[in-house]
Amino acid sequence: MEHSLRYIVQFAAAVCAVCSVLVAVTDVSLRDRRERNKVLDVQRQVLALAGIAERDELTDDETEATYDERIESQIIVTATGEYAAGVDASGWDQQAMMADPATSSPAPDNLARVRRVPTESVVYRVKGDNGGVDAVILPIQGMGLWGRLFGYLAVATDADTIKGITFYQHKETPGLGAEVDNPRWKALWPGRKIHDAEGRVAIRVKKGVAGPVDQDPNQVDGLSGATITSRGVTNTLAFWLGDAAFGPYLARLRSNGGGH
Amino acid sequence: MAGGNRENLLDPLFNNNPIALQVLGICSALAVTTQMKTALVMSIAVVFVTAFSNLSVSLIRNYVPPSIRIIVQLTIIASLVIITDSVLQAFVYDISKQLTVFVGLIITNCIIMGRAEAFAMQNKPWPSFVDGVGNGLGYGLILMCVAFLRELLGSGKVFGITVLQPVSEGGWYVPNGLMTLAPAAFFLIGCFIWAVRSWKTDQVEEEFHVGALLEPSHEGHIR
Repeated sequence: MEHSLRYIVQFAAAVCAVCSVLVAVTDVSLRDRRERNKVLDVQRQVLALAGIAERDELTDDETEATYDERIESQIIVTATGEYAAGVDASGWDQQAMMADPATSSPAPDNLARVRRVPTESVVYRVKGDNGGVDAVILPIQGMGLWGRLFGYLAVATDADTIKGITFYQHKETPGLGAEVDNPRWKALWPGRKIHDAEGRVAIRVKKGVAGPVDQDPNQVDGLSGATITSRGVTNTLAFWLGDAAFGPYLARLRSNGGGH
Repeated sequence: MAGGNRENLLDPLFNNNPIALQVLGICSALAVTTQMKTALVMSIAVVFVTAFSNLSVSLIRNYVPPSIRIIVQLTIIASLVIITDSVLQAFVYDISKQLTVFVGLIITNCIIMGRAEAFAMQNKPWPSFVDGVGNGLGYGLILMCVAFLRELLGSGKVFGITVLQPVSEGGWYVPNGLMTLAPAAFFLIGCFIWAVRSWKTDQVEEEFHVGALLEPSHEGHIR
């Protein structure tokens, strides 16, 4: 069966045309759903961390409604910690902002191996039942053992007390480092303090077992069998809570309270 | 090859299983079998892709210029995989997040190209479609068995429901960490192959002496 070159080219073009139409139609018709899923995923993370609703507790619509009611995204200027005026927080893509040289600056050397700090960053304010701000949620990320850990840290308005931590994306070893995702481990965090008596960032995951919150406020139990992941969490927090990242914002939060 | 449709559907489950006999598609079988939920979604995705790639390839089999047939098959398979990926992201977002790149890597799953080239190019559309479903199911069957054992022994769960209460949550079961790592899937698949071949002894390959590796085999090519 010999085919002319002309036939071969035409055949290839026809196959490509049919396939691209099919792919394009599915992609476009499902795009809204996909985008919504991504947004909902972040909203569920934030709500779970704020202690408002567990991950599977709410339907999609309820998640959106609760999120709109209780969570307020705000853009801050990272270097000063002030809220950036007139910047729309909807659809904010922190990862893209961090990667783009126009919207980020090189990070100082750090153990969390964060390369760039976004010039402006998103933070989420959690509104309490009475309308006041209960807590703020900060996006954090840093190197674990196999890859980057991505998560959120919830901090009370005293800018010192941790209300919760979560990692929504990581590549750690299942059963060992992946225990950063274990609710029982995450339950050890609330109430711990970020700063020591001298006001330095001191929160760390220690090797072994930490004391109760009131006696050992700056330390959290290590993940057994996952020293490097534990260290990665410590380094990640040290970087993002430090002066190069959210330090200035936390300082303002401490002096002005949640209303600032 | 072209037996009845029933044969086309059921043969790949035990007699001619793509993983156990043909030893194809191993890479994804390692990656997505730590949990049954992800393995199930992956199996369904693969059934869909093999079935429709076989169907489409068979429909155009008499018109495809032989010189570009492989790339045409790849184009069709790639399009189906992109469609599958979009659908998963739209409807089962959490699971698609766990499957990450492995849905995209269905493109490189040898089972699919293998069936398109070996079966769909020679057979009518309906038998090809059935053959695709059968091979997808054969792949899925092994995937589900491996995932069942890995999830049960590795995290004490079946479909995300705790069966063996692990020590870390106050129970008695010490999870076998090896089961959650890729090598465990190798061991399990190895055991399956052994089991299937002890049951169906005709699947055991002829033993060959070392010299056979160097001599041209009876098919006329070097092994």
